[in-house]
Amino acid sequence: MVTEPLVWAIFFLPLLSFLLITLVIRPFFNRYAVVSGYLLILALAVSLALSLVVLRQHYGGAELDFEPHTWLNLGDVVIQMGLLLDPVTSIMLVVVSGVSLLIQIYSLGYMRGDPGVARYFAYMSLFTAAMLGLVLSVNVVQLYAFWELVGVSSYLLIGFWHDRPSAAAAAKKAFIVTRIGDVGFLLAIIYLAFHGPEFAAQGLNPLHIPDIWQAAQPLATGGAVLGGGALTLIALGIFAGAAGKSGQFPLHTWLPDAMEGPTPVSALIHAATMVAAGVFLVARFFPLFQQTQEAMTVVALIGGFTALGAATLGLVMDDIKRVMAYSTVSQLGYMMAALGIGAFGPALFHLFTHAFFKALLFLGAGSVNHASGTFNMRYMGGLRKHMPWTYALVLIAGLSLVGIIPLAGFWSKDEILTSAWVSGSTVDPWVYQAVFGLLIAGVLLTAFYTFRMIILTFHGDFRGGGARELEDAEESGLPRPSSVSEEVHLGESPRVMVLPMAVLGVAAILAGYVANPQWVKSFLLIPGHWFSYYVEAAVPFDHPKTPAFNWEVALISTAVALAGIVLAYLLYQFMGRKRTQTLEVPVEIGEPEGAGVAEPTLAAEGADGPSPLHGHEPVPVAPQRPEPLERGGPIYALLSRKYFMDELYEGLLVRRVFYRSFAALTDWFDRTLVDGLVDLAGSVCRNGGRVVAQLQTGQVQFYGAVIVLGAVLILVGYLAYSAGLGG
Amino acid sequence: MSLNDLFLISPQLSMAGLGILVILADLVLNRKGLVGAVALVGLILPLSFAWAQLTEFPGLLFGSGAENLVPSDSILSDSLAVDRFGVFFNLLVVVSLALVFLASVDYVRALPRLKGEFYGLMLLSATGMMLMASATELITIYVALELTTLPLVAIAAFLPNSSSSEAGMKFMVIGAISSALTLYGMALLYGFSGSTTLAGIALALGGPSEQGLAFGSYAVLVGVVVLTVGIAFKLSAVPSQMWVPDVYEGAPIPMVALLSVASKAVAFALLLRFLYSGFLPFDANWGMLLAVLAAVSMTVGNLVAIAQSNIRRLLGYSTIAHAGYILVGVAAVARDGSGTSDSGAFTTFGPSSVLFYLVAYAAANLTAFFAILVINSKIGSDLIEDYGGVFRKYRLPALALALALVALIGVPPTGIFVGKIYLFAAAVKSELVWLAVLGAINSVVSAYYYIRVIRTMFLDPESEAVKGSENTLQPDEVTLQPQGISKYGMLALTITAICTVLLGIVFGPVIQGAEGAVTSLPGILAP
Repeated sequence: MVTEPLVWAIFFLPLLSFLLITLVIRPFFNRYAVVSGYLLILALAVSLALSLVVLRQHYGGAELDFEPHTWLNLGDVVIQMGLLLDPVTSIMLVVVSGVSLLIQIYSLGYMRGDPGVARYFAYMSLFTAAMLGLVLSVNVVQLYAFWELVGVSSYLLIGFWHDRPSAAAAAKKAFIVTRIGDVGFLLAIIYLAFHGPEFAAQGLNPLHIPDIWQAAQPLATGGAVLGGGALTLIALGIFAGAAGKSGQFPLHTWLPDAMEGPTPVSALIHAATMVAAGVFLVARFFPLFQQTQEAMTVVALIGGFTALGAATLGLVMDDIKRVMAYSTVSQLGYMMAALGIGAFGPALFHLFTHAFFKALLFLGAGSVNHASGTFNMRYMGGLRKHMPWTYALVLIAGLSLVGIIPLAGFWSKDEILTSAWVSGSTVDPWVYQAVFGLLIAGVLLTAFYTFRMIILTFHGDFRGGGARELEDAEESGLPRPSSVSEEVHLGESPRVMVLPMAVLGVAAILAGYVANPQWVKSFLLIPGHWFSYYVEAAVPFDHPKTPAFNWEVALISTAVALAGIVLAYLLYQFMGRKRTQTLEVPVEIGEPEGAGVAEPTLAAEGADGPSPLHGHEPVPVAPQRPEPLERGGPIYALLSRKYFMDELYEGLLVRRVFYRSFAALTDWFDRTLVDGLVDLAGSVCRNGGRVVAQLQTGQVQFYGAVIVLGAVLILVGYLAYSAGLGG
Repeated sequence: MSLNDLFLISPQLSMAGLGILVILADLVLNRKGLVGAVALVGLILPLSFAWAQLTEFPGLLFGSGAENLVPSDSILSDSLAVDRFGVFFNLLVVVSLALVFLASVDYVRALPRLKGEFYGLMLLSATGMMLMASATELITIYVALELTTLPLVAIAAFLPNSSSSEAGMKFMVIGAISSALTLYGMALLYGFSGSTTLAGIALALGGPSEQGLAFGSYAVLVGVVVLTVGIAFKLSAVPSQMWVPDVYEGAPIPMVALLSVASKAVAFALLLRFLYSGFLPFDANWGMLLAVLAAVSMTVGNLVAIAQSNIRRLLGYSTIAHAGYILVGVAAVARDGSGTSDSGAFTTFGPSSVLFYLVAYAAANLTAFFAILVINSKIGSDLIEDYGGVFRKYRLPALALALALVALIGVPPTGIFVGKIYLFAAAVKSELVWLAVLGAINSVVSAYYYIRVIRTMFLDPESEAVKGSENTLQPDEVTLQPQGISKYGMLALTITAICTVLLGIVFGPVIQGAEGAVTSLPGILAP
């Protein structure tokens, strides 16, 4: 039987690992910094095992309700800390601890040799602990604390290479943009906290999450504790926070920039877990959203719009991680749209499968970067021959993302599309139709950008990698891109990196059908459709059920996806080939000695022979290929500048509106009024201090006199006071 | 004297015994390092006796109620109370002393002489402190006060330099004046009531009194005022505060750490017990007195601290200001029901905020002094200007000192932040809004001088003292811990720094313990 301490241990083990790394390993045993990785892996392995036990027990119907503990009692408002174990939580626990575990194993290889490796694993521990704490929270304040902690650790990890200006800027941007959404969430919490008495009248705690669900439900006497416009505003506030974390339009701009962090970080935080926290938050308050059709419509439309809009941006990116970042934003849009149309089960199912295949795609990008030294796909190509494992695994993940039967992504995406197709009564019918239209168009684009990425990276001929990119940058007088390395090792990544990818690959294949078998009563002893049924039990109130498998939708979506793949093939595989010429640039082939070990293997002056260091055969390096989409002219320009959203925010909102008017006004107020007052107070204090300090003469006699004088003064005061009373 | 009586005073007895044992061991043992080990490990004894006493109370520290382990037929019954209140402070004293010992291992090793005596005298002084927290009778209180002060006077003059001698001399003379005042007050109270016990005095106060006069009689008025001024010496509060900066500057740092934390805490315990046991009917009178002392102490402490150039003097004034803050909690006396009417039990709010603040202050102030101890051992200076750039060379100590100073301002998430909220809320509940406002303004003013030190440590270029210090390793990713720094000091520092932050997050249990402890005081009912 699972006891409360065991569940807490899931959260505390990574936290303990964080404390040990920061307080013991980093200050005292930094020479053994590698240990910190193993420490975290051990902690996460135990956490994962416990999470699986919790899932098994909870699925088996065990009562896992634990009384929350009071942290702060403020009269009307009692802030508690406790565990909320429901199907959503137990699934999320497994996803977070499982994906995190695999990514930490991968990081052992990826981060080897980095001087900040202990810091890296410390931040990773903190992040994982915060994420697990977030998932387990039963109280909104507790949840908010972890929510912000997740934001902070994400900030630290994006800016991990803080000596790179672009990384520091990206970290700052991520922190600020998500904070804008968090304001909405915080306002919602404050509103709840200030309405304590209304909740208390029904015996509810305004900050206890199940009580908030209850408060949104209609009362027998009519009305609800939380209802009408207030409910819609609270729901929208929560959604604002969720949209910030999950990169939903218009707060999506930070996520692609966040790829400045180490690639495993992008895989864990900006693909599999943290960005899913927004979806989780909306799912967590789903019973509340359900009661307000307006909020649901907003969620559905923003989700659908983001799903399509981000996919269009993914079409034209040259950076492989940015393609995936927009893909993540787009897929999160699918989940949000699903929640908006009431498809609770499908949304979480997609979250579940997406975590695996998207983490795999990112790890694949990291592996590719390891070999080519760059993330720019214009300088890749032909890697299929050199890294067959990576190629195969990325292909699996890509097909899963596109939604090709029977891979994981197909089943979950299909459930979302079917929910929109069969419609329901959660929102107006036109919303269902709009969402279906947006999402199915998204499928076409997803297939196109995914295969554009795969073809540019793995097919064709190798185009020189990071060394070439640096040369080109030098020629055209551009600043040296900081994330590009001139080391090119054309070879498979070390086993410690491939192994976690392979595990994720298996999950990317199986997590769809095997984890949630359809059509049948049971598959290999796994009950059919258990995942959807189980997750839906998390909502204790009436809600639309996951629809059955629908052949029409499956055929439409598969046809659309195949069309996208074929289009990508036509444009990139065949049209590009004719222009290829061969150019001799020496590159080392074969396994790199040690991953991440700095060793210049591509010498620019070594063009006249094999690399003197290793003596491998030179391979032909293809020149740049024109980008077929560039013929789109203004549309291409619009997309490659990301709809000018960054310019809009930076140039117009921040510089013009904020700096010139609001900031200028506050600046004036601050300089003249506040500073004036502070200076006044400061000079009064300083001079007063000097005057009083004069009394400190150092004479013991004087000290004694002060004591006696003080006593006498007090007595005189009393007598005067008593005289006042008496007379 | 029965066996039970021995058990009742076992924490104090074992502490005194340990002190004597350590001095004897110093004569016998050749390896002086062992003496410190004996002292440190020996503290398990008083700690476990105090713990054993605690287990006699239902719910340990988290229960509440006025149970007193001393039976009425015991020979101790008039002079001592073994209750939750006393045990709370005894535990605080023992733990602080243990941390101070831990931090000062390398300091004492470097002392030219009197290594064993250092530990012995500290232990004897701690005996006095533990007695002070439990004493309920004037003569016992006096003995406890002297037992606390005199060993510290000796330690203050320990170092072979003039500022140490000066510290010892001033401490001694001002201590003597305070003792004289205390004794005078006690004599007056005894003359009035014919009893030396607090309970006896309370009984006598119930008799006829002069209308319209504070405390109802001149003898009691003068007695209480003079005695409070005497205790203010130990509180380091106005008007007996002038010795503080001189002693803080000249005396050995470990002793100052103990003085600023444990000695101050038990003095507050004494004040609370004295006022809440003996003078309940006149709560409005002494409440006003303490409110005024609080206001003057915090203002004087903070204003003068601004002009300081020596970090130890600065912390001396800071401790005066903090005595002022804590006095707010003593002044915040409120009866259940509305305001300070003459009926009903007292709320736990004010006194328990004092207890919580003392714990939080102990954590933060010990952190500050331990950090200063470590930094001083490297750069050999206490001048703030010599702290320039100290962060670049001694990262952890500088960070810890910064944390402690930030905590002393009262910034979340540290214990003092919670403590200040608690104190000022108690003041507001007792209709002392002006005092709470003054306290808040003072906290803001104090930020000025604390942050100045932090800025110097982090932003200023390295001073000559820092450059000349013997640590040559550059602090960077690889060597956060510079070599050659006292490991014990760093350990103690880490513990107190963690406690400082932890108290700001997990304050619930400590507040509960404080509330339980103050229910031992007469007139305060369990909530």
